[in-house]
Amino acid sequence: MTDVEIDAEIDLEENLTEQDQEEAEKVFAKKVEIIGGPPAGPATLEAKDACAWFGDRLVLEGVDLVMPKGQVTALIGPSGCGKSTFLRLLNRMHELIPGAALDGEILLDGEDIYATGTRAQQVRMRIGMVFQKPNPFPAMTIRENVLAALKLARLKCDDKDTLVEQSLTRAGLWKEVRDRLDSPGGALSGGQQQRLCIARSLAVHPNVLLMDEPCSALDPTSTRRVEETIDELRGEVTVVIVTHNMQQAQRVSDLCAFFLAAENQPGVVVEQGPTDVMFSTPTDSRTLDYVQGRFG
Amino acid sequence: MNVVPGTVLEDLPVAEDPPAPRERTRRIITEVPSRADRRFNQITMGAGISVLALLTLVGLFLMIQSSDALGETGIWTFLTRTEWRTDVTPARIGVLGLLAGTVLVAVVAVAIAVPLSVFSALAITEYSTAKRRKWLVGVVDLLAAVPSLLFGLWGFLFLSDKIVPISLWLSQNFGWIPLFKTSEDASLTGSIFIAGIVVALMVLPIITSVVREVFSQTPPGEKEAALALGGTRWGMIKTVVLPFGKGGIVGGSMLGLGRALGETIAVALLLPQVPQKISESIHILQNGGATVSGFIANRAGSDSFTTSGLLAAGLVLFVITLGTNMIASVVVSNSRSGAGVEI
Ligand SMILES: Nc1ncnc2c1ncn2[C@@H]1O[C@H](COP(=O)(O)OP(=O)(O)OP(=O)(O)O)[C@@H](O)[C@H]1O
Ligand SMILES: [Mg+2]
Repeated sequence: MTDVEIDAEIDLEENLTEQDQEEAEKVFAKKVEIIGGPPAGPATLEAKDACAWFGDRLVLEGVDLVMPKGQVTALIGPSGCGKSTFLRLLNRMHELIPGAALDGEILLDGEDIYATGTRAQQVRMRIGMVFQKPNPFPAMTIRENVLAALKLARLKCDDKDTLVEQSLTRAGLWKEVRDRLDSPGGALSGGQQQRLCIARSLAVHPNVLLMDEPCSALDPTSTRRVEETIDELRGEVTVVIVTHNMQQAQRVSDLCAFFLAAENQPGVVVEQGPTDVMFSTPTDSRTLDYVQGRFG
Repeated sequence: MNVVPGTVLEDLPVAEDPPAPRERTRRIITEVPSRADRRFNQITMGAGISVLALLTLVGLFLMIQSSDALGETGIWTFLTRTEWRTDVTPARIGVLGLLAGTVLVAVVAVAIAVPLSVFSALAITEYSTAKRRKWLVGVVDLLAAVPSLLFGLWGFLFLSDKIVPISLWLSQNFGWIPLFKTSEDASLTGSIFIAGIVVALMVLPIITSVVREVFSQTPPGEKEAALALGGTRWGMIKTVVLPFGKGGIVGGSMLGLGRALGETIAVALLLPQVPQKISESIHILQNGGATVSGFIANRAGSDSFTTSGLLAAGLVLFVITLGTNMIASVVVSNSRSGAGVEI
């Protein structure tokens, strides 16, 4: 676990000129419609008594958690307690693993995403995901990467250029790549690749964005950029982020859930609540120990 | 993470006054390998060199043995003449008719085998549970274990009759394509098409196993990314697996082509092995055609001049097959997916 102390003095806004700001405003003034895409706006995600198995092994038990619309929820906890598993339950990626099973309900704006007749592709289109390791499609160009979801989910869009610019701007990458949209996505630095992945997930205008340790492979500056992106997404998209970085959880999240698994026991949510409360006056002593870095 | 040239470095502080470069001596570091390493090195080098030597010896043998026929006929004439007649004096022999048949059979075989291989490889790597995967791999490998003589016999005694209606249908509906044109009274058995189908079955396992190997190396992160973006499994295959495996598909096909070019028994049994003009061979649905290897198998053991001519034809085949394989390995190792695949 790397706890990078980030100098709060780094202010990335300073290299955004006024002209850039104007440009960004102009591009966001245009409305891009994605035909067949998710309904507009953020959505509330709620887990009810969620459990997960790998084969015969129960790794997550009885998670009740509300991730309110437009807010940032951070999942914290020591390694192996089931945070990633929980995250993958939320957009039906869990079922891709052979032998994986689940119980309970995951409600997206009140509707169970595991209801019979609900297709996983539909769910995943509405609930985007950013992975720990940047995974752009290396042979595709930057532009194609951003538009990949349209092709994959067979959606139509009337103004692809604007969509590319909007998505890359929201991910804080536009300025760096505007002149080389046709170069391959693999030819970017790790931090840029991760932001490209964020742009790619945002392109379909998902209702929820899941992020599994999105900054753990990044340098402090890129980390800062990603955090800024998350901050800007507040209100537009519901964000659920797994992080091992306590400062990051404090900086970006509104709500926080602490996962913990006792030895050979499934992971559970020990405590959840507003981030400032969780970090200052949690009710459970284990939470306090964890957020203060005394174990985990 | 590898560093890609052209990567933009951001926010680097710019030094104001770079100090003048200092004179430096360059130390060249030479490592002295351990005894075990040296020994291993020698053994592997030895093995490598002996393979090369063997290859050279085969080439030399073919050249020396074929010099008789080539000298008398002339290399260029030999390469460009289609007929093969040893009953006239002087004998008129040439390899072009054989080459046309060889290439056509191989191309038909690969054209049929590649799509089948790609789909079986996908079925194995993407659409199977662990148990079914094992089972399917076993079946495909079993296909490789069938002696080619059996394939040939089966094609000759059984499959041939079953293919004739397909040939008929193709010629009736697509006869306007020269490839599928047949003359009125032509027999549809013993055709290059049928030989190609049988050879396709023989090269299927090797192509499938190369393609499968490459597909299974697709980075799981990219596959997950495609699925997480709302892609179907097939969409994921189209955006991630197939582009990644492109080099492997091309390389595997060429490797299969190399095999198909040299395939002997089946074509010796199935084709009349009478060299034809290219303009006749091209009508692959009708009876007729000869291939280098099949022809050699049929005519081996004749007089010394014929033998020399046959070896000359073998030399040509040797060069072509070697070239195909070399191109295949270059294609595979230059592709992103093939970097670690041995073919
Ligand atoms: N594919 C899998 N097959 C079997 N067991 C798995 C699999 N993935 C995870 N597990 C198990 O499930 C438990 C929870 O894993 P998970 O990846 O959710 O932890 P995590 O909280 O994300 O940990 P980390 O912080 O290290 O990423 C672990 O005990 C792990 O061993
Ligand atoms: Mg994890």
